[in-house]
Amino acid sequence: MSSPTSRAFATRGEILAFATLAVLLLAVLPASMEIFRLNLFGKYLTYAFVAIGLVLCWGYGGILSLGQGVFFGLGGYCLAMFLKLEASDPEATKIQSTPGIPDFMDWNQLTELPWFWVPFESLGFALVAVVLVPTLFAGLIAFAMFKRRVGGVYFAIITQSIAAILTILIIGQQGLTGGVNGITDLRTLKGWDIRTDEAKLVLYYVNAFLLLGALVFCHWVLGTKFGRILVAMRTREDRVRFSGYDVASFKIFVFCLAAALSAIGGAMFTLQVGFMSPSFVGIVPSIEMVIFAAVGGRLSLLGAVYGTLLVNWAKTTFSETMPELWLLAMGGLFIAVVLFFPNGLAGLWQSFRQPLMHAIRRHAPAGSVVADAAPEGGTR
Amino acid sequence: MLDSRPSDYMLNVEGLTVSFDGFKAVDDLSFYVDEEEIRVIIGPNGAGKTTVLDLICGRTRASAGQVWFRDQELTRLKEHEIVRTGVGRKFQNPTIYEDLTVFENLEISYPSGRTVFGALGFKKTRAVIDRIEEIAETIFLADCLHHVSGALSHGQKQWLEIGMLLIQDPALLMLDEPVAGMSPSERIRTAELLQTITRGRSVLVIEHDMAFVENIAHRVTVLHQGRILAEGSMDKIKSDPRVVEVYLGH
Amino acid sequence: MFEGYSWAELGSIFAMQGFAGLSLFSVLVLMALGLAIIFGQMGVINMAHGEFMILGAYVTYLCSNFFAENLPALFSGYFLIAMLLAFLASASLGALVEWGLIRHLYKRPLDTLLATWGLSLILQQVYRSVFGAREVGVTLPDWLMGSFAVTDMIEIPINGVFVMFLTLGITAGVWLWNFRSSWGTQMRAVVQNRVMAGAVGIDTERIDRLTFAIGCGIAGIAGSAFTMIGSTGPTSGQLYIVDTFLVVVFGGAQSLLGTIFSAFAISQSQSTMEFFLSGSMAKVLTLLTVVTILMIRPQGLMSLRVRA
Ligand SMILES: Nc1ncnc2c1ncn2[C@@H]1O[C@H](COP(=O)(O)OP(=O)(O)OP(=O)(O)O)[C@@H](O)[C@H]1O
Ligand SMILES: [Mg+2]
Repeated sequence: MSSPTSRAFATRGEILAFATLAVLLLAVLPASMEIFRLNLFGKYLTYAFVAIGLVLCWGYGGILSLGQGVFFGLGGYCLAMFLKLEASDPEATKIQSTPGIPDFMDWNQLTELPWFWVPFESLGFALVAVVLVPTLFAGLIAFAMFKRRVGGVYFAIITQSIAAILTILIIGQQGLTGGVNGITDLRTLKGWDIRTDEAKLVLYYVNAFLLLGALVFCHWVLGTKFGRILVAMRTREDRVRFSGYDVASFKIFVFCLAAALSAIGGAMFTLQVGFMSPSFVGIVPSIEMVIFAAVGGRLSLLGAVYGTLLVNWAKTTFSETMPELWLLAMGGLFIAVVLFFPNGLAGLWQSFRQPLMHAIRRHAPAGSVVADAAPEGGTR
Repeated sequence: MLDSRPSDYMLNVEGLTVSFDGFKAVDDLSFYVDEEEIRVIIGPNGAGKTTVLDLICGRTRASAGQVWFRDQELTRLKEHEIVRTGVGRKFQNPTIYEDLTVFENLEISYPSGRTVFGALGFKKTRAVIDRIEEIAETIFLADCLHHVSGALSHGQKQWLEIGMLLIQDPALLMLDEPVAGMSPSERIRTAELLQTITRGRSVLVIEHDMAFVENIAHRVTVLHQGRILAEGSMDKIKSDPRVVEVYLGH
Repeated sequence: MFEGYSWAELGSIFAMQGFAGLSLFSVLVLMALGLAIIFGQMGVINMAHGEFMILGAYVTYLCSNFFAENLPALFSGYFLIAMLLAFLASASLGALVEWGLIRHLYKRPLDTLLATWGLSLILQQVYRSVFGAREVGVTLPDWLMGSFAVTDMIEIPINGVFVMFLTLGITAGVWLWNFRSSWGTQMRAVVQNRVMAGAVGIDTERIDRLTFAIGCGIAGIAGSAFTMIGSTGPTSGQLYIVDTFLVVVFGGAQSLLGTIFSAFAISQSQSTMEFFLSGSMAKVLTLLTVVTILMIRPQGLMSLRVRA
């Protein structure tokens, strides 16, 4: 992109980076791991949806949400409700005092399916709800806050409180939600057993393709004028307003988009892991999701994916062997990323790559590499 | 009730009042600006000049009074709606997007694709680019189109902000101290700039630099403690003893 | 939810739950005071505030053990010393954290939030390594045990009353410090205009450090008070952080009176509802109400109007 007139959808470097990730996800990982590990990585990749959503709304838009677990969880629960109902047909549950309802309801002396569970007997409804319920909820929060010009730390605190409230609510309403254990023992999707190895492989690929699609979509969004307005808003909200934009609607949109992405991640989590529980909704998971994005680089979509994979892989590895150290390491990570690497892995990569590219350029024949020499803002 | 447009002026400010916890920063202020008029507001520090612009462009909500811009009453509209009626505002400190390039700054200010989906579908057509280049030419920044704007000099930032307003093609342009912090040569160029860009629109300028004011003003309004002290041509103002006492005498 | 109770019973229940709520109120006020000072002063959100409180609680626990073993004669007075030490410990740690972490992040409030969260994880792990994962409790001296019987249905625990008076005393002290001492004046000057305050010779860095330390120190005292109403574990502090934030924001970040009032409202409504609903639903309803109100009135209950 040597001039803005011919600004292409992506630079050569961006395409290369994306292709590398695609190869990694679609070929290298599946080829190099047995299904159990791959399924684990598939689980990590569901968090990557949340992380790229955070790149949009936090990195670019400056809106820090500490409640992304809420949307992840809602998306996951919507699908889990469908799967649970399918697993609870009267035949399979005939030993219960009320056959045909989920087991945890029976244990909690419910004798009838609660009204809000009923529509989840339809897969179509559940799939729509996966995206729509969290997005509308996000829209409601964002509308209330941003129309009144509340942002910054207030928004962070309110979203965090909502995460806390929802967790307490889910845990407290055992009969309706499965309580602290969540909705477990999910088996089939329209008769297709999701617990088999083949199913896990298929689901891994579905997840990877969805993630790559989401990356392309988000990249497109950031490349439009919308993306530049996000950056502009982060630093000069007033000026954007006085350029004739309704700032609140832009924030609402980007927050809803981040929520929708999280929700898709949540639903894929449910499918691949086979359950959903409040431990993915609350304060702690929500803020951990922020650190995934921060480690990867809050301004880099691809970085966020790598950050998510890396932190989760480290977490699994270390918390198995040295759980005490892991908490310290995690705490240190928060501090180090903020103090020393505010642009995360992507920032490190940039500062490593630039001298490298310069060196390559100097040796290349003149005129062959003018392509991506256009000055870029320090933010990208 | 003044519920319809009260007169033929382009901008009609009627009984505008705002009080901050009892302190009336602008007090029952009325004035009128003609089509294609350049009006300068002067007055000592804290007179309420910036606040008047804030009230017109919706940054501060009026406690009482009305602002009629052509057929529209502005005090009830939101900031972005006011901008869309054709009012542009430059701030006292240069307010630009420092992370973005000059080109991108102007592109954001280009008056189309202003809704969420409009911005997502916004196309950088030849017309848009031509317009941006034309404006950049006008504000002396054609050579720095692709520089990150945070690196510009103070004066250049002021020009960029003026350019960002210009590209909106507002019918009423409000400038808060456009030459503050500029070198003498930059001031001269800015005065020229204002002469060219004010053609075909009304301009409301706040300025302390009296030489500059004399140079551009059609009429002058002197504000003091939130009220109008005097109004009229520059010559009339200069000879007004009250104005000399509170402001020009210093 | 009130059916089945007579008026007299309802009256007693409200009174009893009201007094039970006072302990929660005290802890919330003390936590929130510290947080509000720090937030109001520097715009810094300290996510590790709960861990500073827990530090105070552990110090109190250590004191209680020390006196019981070595100076049983003075045991009845240990609590006052423990409070002082709790204050000092948390304040020193606060000063250290300000120096090592916070001062590099003043322009980036959202990042401070993440960094202090990291700090809280580290502190939790340190507590776990030093004191063990099990919760510990302190032995209260005799004069703090027991309760007054006001009527045959209403009983008031003495330690609750003690903590409440303590809270009132500290609040008054903070108020005096903020509005009457020259230090408080300097601090408020820094809040209003940092550059100008620096220009007239106020050492703004020192003021920041001291303020942060005081805020943390008050959290330490809150920890002392906390030992009277609950047992202390490595993660006990985290349970209070959301409530405390809501208290601060709900009260209006810069208003001392608002902080007290909102702590009162939140603790009392929770405590009262707890009698009629399950504890978790009481909490959900309380927090939900607060969040809803904040969405409608984001500036909190009491707020200063400042120029944007
Ligand atoms: N939002 C606000 N809250 C409280 N007081 C305000 C607010 N806005 C303006 N003021 C007060 O109103 C008065 C007028 O301020 P204003 O900025 O309009 O003056 P000005 O004429 O532009 O001065 P200058 O020449 O220094 O720019 C000042 O005393 C200012 O402190
Ligand atoms: Mg001014």
